[in-house]
Amino acid sequence: MSTAIHLPRSGFDFSNANRNAFLEGKGVKMPKATSTGTTIVGCLFKDGIVLGADTRATAGPIVADKNCEKIHYISESIRCCGAGTAADTEFVTALISSNIELHALSTGRKPRVVTAMTMLKQRLFQYQGHIGAALVLGGVDATGAHLFTIHPHGSTDKLPYVTMGSGSLAAMAVFESGWRPSLEREQALQLVVAAISAGIFNDLGSGSNVDACVITATHTEMLRNYVMPNVRVEKERKYGFRRGTTAWTRENVRDMVVSEESRPIATAASGEAMDTS
Amino acid sequence: MPDMSAIANPQQRQFNPYAENGGTILAVAGADFTVIAGDTRQSEGYSIQTRYASKVFRLTDRAVLAVNGFAADGNMFVKKVKQRLEWYRHNHAKDMPLRSIARLIQTMLYAQRFFPYYVYNILGGIEEDGTGAVYSFDPVGSYEREACRAAGAAQSLLQPFLDNQIYFKNQTAARGYSHPAHLPLPDVLSIVIDSFTSATERHIEVGDGLEMYIVMAKGQTLPDAVTNLLPEELPSTGDGERVFVLKRDLKKD
Repeated sequence: MSTAIHLPRSGFDFSNANRNAFLEGKGVKMPKATSTGTTIVGCLFKDGIVLGADTRATAGPIVADKNCEKIHYISESIRCCGAGTAADTEFVTALISSNIELHALSTGRKPRVVTAMTMLKQRLFQYQGHIGAALVLGGVDATGAHLFTIHPHGSTDKLPYVTMGSGSLAAMAVFESGWRPSLEREQALQLVVAAISAGIFNDLGSGSNVDACVITATHTEMLRNYVMPNVRVEKERKYGFRRGTTAWTRENVRDMVVSEESRPIATAASGEAMDTS
Repeated sequence: MPDMSAIANPQQRQFNPYAENGGTILAVAGADFTVIAGDTRQSEGYSIQTRYASKVFRLTDRAVLAVNGFAADGNMFVKKVKQRLEWYRHNHAKDMPLRSIARLIQTMLYAQRFFPYYVYNILGGIEEDGTGAVYSFDPVGSYEREACRAAGAAQSLLQPFLDNQIYFKNQTAARGYSHPAHLPLPDVLSIVIDSFTSATERHIEVGDGLEMYIVMAKGQTLPDAVTNLLPEELPSTGDGERVFVLKRDLKKD
């Protein structure tokens, strides 16, 4: 009889879905996913694309991460900002990044932004919005500079300036008043910083620092923590504890070195020692 | 054909008169003073309604009330408490004692038992015996006198910190020493400031500004360390208790 080898099948494992739905119906609280209630933006300029993101990750009203990275790598000259469920944005961009690399290797060409966009939207549509990723995809390829938004259900837009996440209205207000065609690199970068800052200060779901990424045909520059307008102030007191502060009920000191003594036993008949070699 | 579904199926409509406006309040009683503090951000959902809305109000020369929860109810409640205290002054020619204000607040809250003021109250000040006191209430009037209390959005972040730093919970004193029953004012103020800067770091609804009210017992003066922070003294009616206000900026993100 042959031994059956059970390898896990690729893709999502839904085996707990029915059980969890049953439990939820009984009133059991389900765990909360970390969400990047976020401000992410992208804008077109003369030589390419500038992407921007804040760095706050939240779980309900609590700040889960004060300095997370929301601009994800797709390829050398394609990057993707993610809002929504943190795990979904990370995994969906990592998967498409991997497939884009394989695609580039098999075609021998630099990957195109539309390719990444199509792969992302097809995957998101397949899961009918259950992969909670809202993305801003931007990059430069053989056909020029492109900027897309991709919604969790799979719909896409191609626009010269875009915003997404809970701070999208604050950021879009800045773009609507400040964006014009063929901006210079420095102007576009400052506009993105202003848009993200609007989200950081006016949207409670966004906060901390500004990340930016400038993509041109020849070069991609990731500007991690480009502006840090929310550095923590120094505390008034020191909160060290005196040694012996924590109460204890029992003390047990154990020697971690195990010592052993062995002696050869002489045999009664021959008087020869046992061969211990 | 007219739509009959409205007749066929039961319909349910709802109006929610309450909102949750975020923010946090905090009070600590000392031996002869009380500190009552609150942040100044007012929010709804992910939006900031204003960066400066007071949650802490002086009632008399020796009583300060902090309100947190639904801002509209909070403002209305403070207004009504102040009105009752004015009537008391007209009738008795003196300010109502702190413990009586606490009992008054209980009755006023419980009067609304089945349509409550959606607010958590913390009353701080000086008792008639000259000691610092903090009274904390639930929305329908259950109350208790305590030495320190945090309420509001970041209550779950701050109360354990205060239990540890004010009550010295989970801290064993060094052999031959014991923990003090009350901390001095400069220590309390720095703990309050650190509480709010930390809550601002980790709670999205806390930030923008900090208002700290200090009520000093009769005949007590501020320590130099506190005078150097340049607190504003509120005008008082006599030569009894005095109320000071200290303001600080908090992060605005």
